[in-house]
Amino acid sequence: MGKTIAEKIFDAHHVDSPAEDIHVIRLDAVFCHEITTPMAINDLVRRNKDRVFDTNKIKAVIDHVTPAKDSKTAEQGKILRDWARRHNILDFFDIGRNGICHVLFPEKGFVRPGFTVIMGDSHTCTHGAFGAFAAGVGTTDLEVGILKGVCAFHYPSTIKINISGQMPEGVFAKDIILSVIGCLGVNGATNKVLEFTGPIVDAMTMESRMTLCNMAVEAGATSGICLPDMTTVEYLWEFIENEYSDKKEALDDFSGFSSDSDARYDQVIEHDVSRLEPLVTFGYKPDQVKPVKEMEAIKVDQVYIGSCTNGRIEDLRVAARELAGQKISNSVRGIVSPATPKIYRQAMEEGILKIFLDAGFCITNPTCGACLGMSNGVLAQGEVCASTTNRNFNGRMGKGGMVHLVSPATAAATAIAGYITNSSLFKG
Amino acid sequence: MKNFSGKVLFLDRNDINTDEIIPAKYLSEISKQALGPCLLEDIKLDGFRSRIDIQEKSVIITRTNFGCGSSREHAAWALEVNNINLVIAESFARIFRQNMFNCGMMAVELPAETMDRIFRDFADKETYLETYLEKNIFFITAEEHQLEVSFSISDFDRALVMTGGWVEYADSKY
Repeated sequence: MGKTIAEKIFDAHHVDSPAEDIHVIRLDAVFCHEITTPMAINDLVRRNKDRVFDTNKIKAVIDHVTPAKDSKTAEQGKILRDWARRHNILDFFDIGRNGICHVLFPEKGFVRPGFTVIMGDSHTCTHGAFGAFAAGVGTTDLEVGILKGVCAFHYPSTIKINISGQMPEGVFAKDIILSVIGCLGVNGATNKVLEFTGPIVDAMTMESRMTLCNMAVEAGATSGICLPDMTTVEYLWEFIENEYSDKKEALDDFSGFSSDSDARYDQVIEHDVSRLEPLVTFGYKPDQVKPVKEMEAIKVDQVYIGSCTNGRIEDLRVAARELAGQKISNSVRGIVSPATPKIYRQAMEEGILKIFLDAGFCITNPTCGACLGMSNGVLAQGEVCASTTNRNFNGRMGKGGMVHLVSPATAAATAIAGYITNSSLFKG
Repeated sequence: MKNFSGKVLFLDRNDINTDEIIPAKYLSEISKQALGPCLLEDIKLDGFRSRIDIQEKSVIITRTNFGCGSSREHAAWALEVNNINLVIAESFARIFRQNMFNCGMMAVELPAETMDRIFRDFADKETYLETYLEKNIFFITAEEHQLEVSFSISDFDRALVMTGGWVEYADSKY
């Protein structure tokens, strides 16, 4: 019997099985941000165990509220900053160099095929796009990860989503993952790994694969995962070129982490996207999705383009295509947050920031802030936001606010119209 | 070991997420105690009065996929500082469930038919639940009515509860 990629990664990292089906695995990367890590740091100090398992495998960033908005968030930043300094954590990203963790860390080449990654953040599943097992955890798991470099999980059971068909123009990875979540439901993949395969995924950029894996947790999944291929190698090449004689050799190495043809899956779902339309959520759960055309005329007060789901350069490029030469509606507040300084700079050099500015958008620094209603775009009671983020939970972007999740193209078109509408890129 | 018995708070809804259990605006707190008054502040549940209905409760009984969404352990901590160390549901989101046991708390799943029966017989009454961890039994009582419900948790989860959580367990072992 063959094995899935997730099973192979577990087998290669096995430390202990304290109970049937529970596997303690060795971690290749422990990522930290300033919201969930300070409590772990304080607890380690309290226990007189203020140590880290491996300075090089811990990466830290201040991204959720940056610049600090008040004394409390300033204190959280300070705890993380002081900790990173006293433990000599070199990959610590503070203001000026910081960006959204799930965009910044891949951009720095910190995630490789076959890696095991945890972070005190549910969207850690994003990093599965590189053929890694990457799971969001709570602060206690994070604390043990920092101290011991291990974490406990159930041995992975995988649902394979085979994405095929003819990708319609103007439909994006965000629409695909919304449709997948719509099919699975918000707990359809609980305790499972979602493996995304098929010709549509093969043809995707790493950015799109990250968008896909990013929202795996919205169906309850432990990790999303894509199989490493030449696209993965190309993305990582600048970080690995000294380790391999050529890209082919790197690909051969990474191919050790791929699913066998006779691997056993919990479920295999054929997902044909040929007739997929741009989607939008309604209600307060990310599995409540409808075609955008069925939600036309829903007025919005704010449009937000950014986040670990859709704040990457290709997202900004698509939005800019729609916004070029246009003005957003007078009744809409447009906010765009390039997810990292690199993306910010690229967008500047490509003229994308000018398009956003000319259209009437506010451009913020890279931060998670608005997505979880902490800063930089919080909604008032009764307000409606079309957002490229990942959660439409009640109160998520501000108490009493309504969030409709969309792709960057739909968000841009909605900003211009003042109500939810399809982009001109979609010809359906 | 923590206390797992007491008065029951019923939350009759599926998919209660951690943003509802503790809204993100409180994630800037760096003490567990500060989370206490904000527990379930944003829950979408008709007629629910968060500060009043939580008072004196030590057990939550709810439906499916409790604790979905954000990984914030603040959700477990907000329960803990309100002396709620046990949540019983038909199912849990993975991270929330793990966070509970990691803190030496319990998230126990029961079959759908058992949950339906508990809701039908007890949800509208003042209900008390007693946990016998060594026997894997809950006694649920309201007025004259008592129901004995057996449950199971894995040996690993039990070890976490007995040792007080994952930090203690992992530190002694790895």
